[in-house]
Amino acid sequence: MSELLQQIINGLALGSIYALIALGYTMVYGVLRFINFAHSDVLMLGAFAAFYLAPVLAPTLGAESIPLAFAVIVLSAAICACIGMLIEFLAYRPLRSRPRLTVLITAIGVSLFLEFAGQHEKVFGAATKPFPALLPNADAGFGALHISSNDLVVLVLTAVLLGVLWFIVQKTKLGMAMRAVSFNEQAAALMGVNVNRIISFTFGLGSALAAVAGIFYAMRAPGIEPLMGVQPGLRAFIAAVLGGIGNLPGAALGGLLLGVLETVFGGIPSVSNYRDGIAFAILILILLFRPAGLLGKTQIEKV
Amino acid sequence: MKRALFLSLVLTLIILAGCKQGGGSANEILVGEFASLTGKEATFGQSSHEGTVLAVEELNAAGGVLGKKINLVTEDNQSKPGESANAVNKLIAKDGAVAILGEVASSRSLEAAPICQKDGVPQISPSSTNPKVTETGDYIFRVCFIDPFQGTVMANFAKKTLKAQKIAIFTDVKSDYSKGLAKFFKEAFTAAGGQIVAELDFNGGDKDFKGQLTTIKGAGPEGVFVPGYYTDAALICIQAKEIGLNVPLFGGDGWESEKLTEIGKQAVEGTYFSTHYSPDAGGPKGKAFVDAYKKRYNGKLPDAMAALGYDSAMILADAIKRANGTEGAKIRDALAATKDYDAVTGKITINAKRDAEKSAVILQVKGGKFAYVETIAP
Repeated sequence: MSELLQQIINGLALGSIYALIALGYTMVYGVLRFINFAHSDVLMLGAFAAFYLAPVLAPTLGAESIPLAFAVIVLSAAICACIGMLIEFLAYRPLRSRPRLTVLITAIGVSLFLEFAGQHEKVFGAATKPFPALLPNADAGFGALHISSNDLVVLVLTAVLLGVLWFIVQKTKLGMAMRAVSFNEQAAALMGVNVNRIISFTFGLGSALAAVAGIFYAMRAPGIEPLMGVQPGLRAFIAAVLGGIGNLPGAALGGLLLGVLETVFGGIPSVSNYRDGIAFAILILILLFRPAGLLGKTQIEKV
Repeated sequence: MKRALFLSLVLTLIILAGCKQGGGSANEILVGEFASLTGKEATFGQSSHEGTVLAVEELNAAGGVLGKKINLVTEDNQSKPGESANAVNKLIAKDGAVAILGEVASSRSLEAAPICQKDGVPQISPSSTNPKVTETGDYIFRVCFIDPFQGTVMANFAKKTLKAQKIAIFTDVKSDYSKGLAKFFKEAFTAAGGQIVAELDFNGGDKDFKGQLTTIKGAGPEGVFVPGYYTDAALICIQAKEIGLNVPLFGGDGWESEKLTEIGKQAVEGTYFSTHYSPDAGGPKGKAFVDAYKKRYNGKLPDAMAALGYDSAMILADAIKRANGTEGAKIRDALAATKDYDAVTGKITINAKRDAEKSAVILQVKGGKFAYVETIAP
């Protein structure tokens, strides 16, 4: 019993990282109706930003301290927000009036560009790099249960970020504009919403969350390389679809569910190798019965 | 006209030079070596080459073999596929090598092996561990142990040194190397009366292992065998500590890299792995080798590749002495009869499959360095 509980804790920590990434996918889909495949590589850039920032900031803020972790996370998020907006401005904005497929293929191109440019010797190099410890790691034990302080931080911060995001989207003017653009871009423009600015903001926000997710991911598994975003990115995309793409609480729910499923099946001997297969088979089943995802609304298209 | 004359002169010179080299002159024995001196596995190739050169220099300083000096001709394959075949063809056909030494990577040894087999020239690989290499034919040998053997070594280590009864195995299902080690570990450990309490799998390159590790912890093992490569191994050690799995973790020679301690830091302290050689393994022969190597290469400490490169040349010289001649078949028979040869990397006996039967060493991570623990005999 305690083992299952332990697995659920492990799964929630992993799932909350998926949730953070999934939010970025789902937000962009919400406003632009396309999947930003470069999102997973922004995650990688976030981890690398932290990798280079931490040694620079450590002497002034103290190694493995809360101020250091906070500063590194905030700065990396800011850098990635700029990168996200830049990608949108350079690669997607010129294609906005073109068919969706064109933008989608461009997104794949941007993703491959970031991955393989990152592997070049002069950029990051293909070898795995040791990620510095940002926080002192202590293990908290509750009886037979073990929670590493890193996992606890990840869980709590994810919950906080979800709350902040909910507040931005539901309670602020910017959020209202985002929802308006998502609902009907042209009508929003007619109402005086600056659509370009809102789309830029959405990319920035999503990319900042991806950077935070990348740092959390690297804290759990402190070896980073230019292809590190591919696996979690793919899973987060699935999580976004599972929750109902375009739906924010759905993305969070999908991420957590996927993390738990993956971890629990990974812990069963003789099927541990098939953990992704089983997790994805369950997702297919769910989507068969709820095609719009767990929290997605079915839209009836009128002819 | 002048040009044609010049060309024919050059050609004649080349042919003459070729004739002079062919088979070596009367008082030297020509040995060919192909190695990855440049390219992506250059560090392995360089180490191995340095060991081989040192051995040849020592042999020649002591008067050579059968009263003749050894002439080592080295070809670089640039770590590229295809180049080894060219290099070996040249070494045998043009230079007339009586034997071929090389390579580190199994895939490139396998490229050269059919050529050596066809031409009846014995080949000795210093450090290719894939079983297929020597299966090519009866002229192909190696002086290192093969992958399955390491599994057995670690089983003996777990049983005798760690005194563990219950072991969990955590295998990388993407890698033949890992699966081979796991299989032979399991067979040897259960045969010795031990019990495998959990067998779980991961995919090389995974970043999250907590699901599997939690189950392993629940099974209550006294040690966990992780046959994999250093990056995965380091992450597994870190996450094992985080969920409170505080038993020894150990693996094979895939762990031997500075990246293991760079990434794993505190979490890999106290872990063990098996490998071919340690400069601290001691023994008069090992000590003499370390001293000679340091003297020759400006204080550089020899690694496993260097030691195996050295042994490959020494074993060849020993075989030529016993064969009392340099014909391919004679050297082959002498190589196959090698028994208890006292090499730097341990006592070597060549078995019926032309693989070396020899001991492995166990190293432990201590203070970010690899410390020698013990030598385990086959």
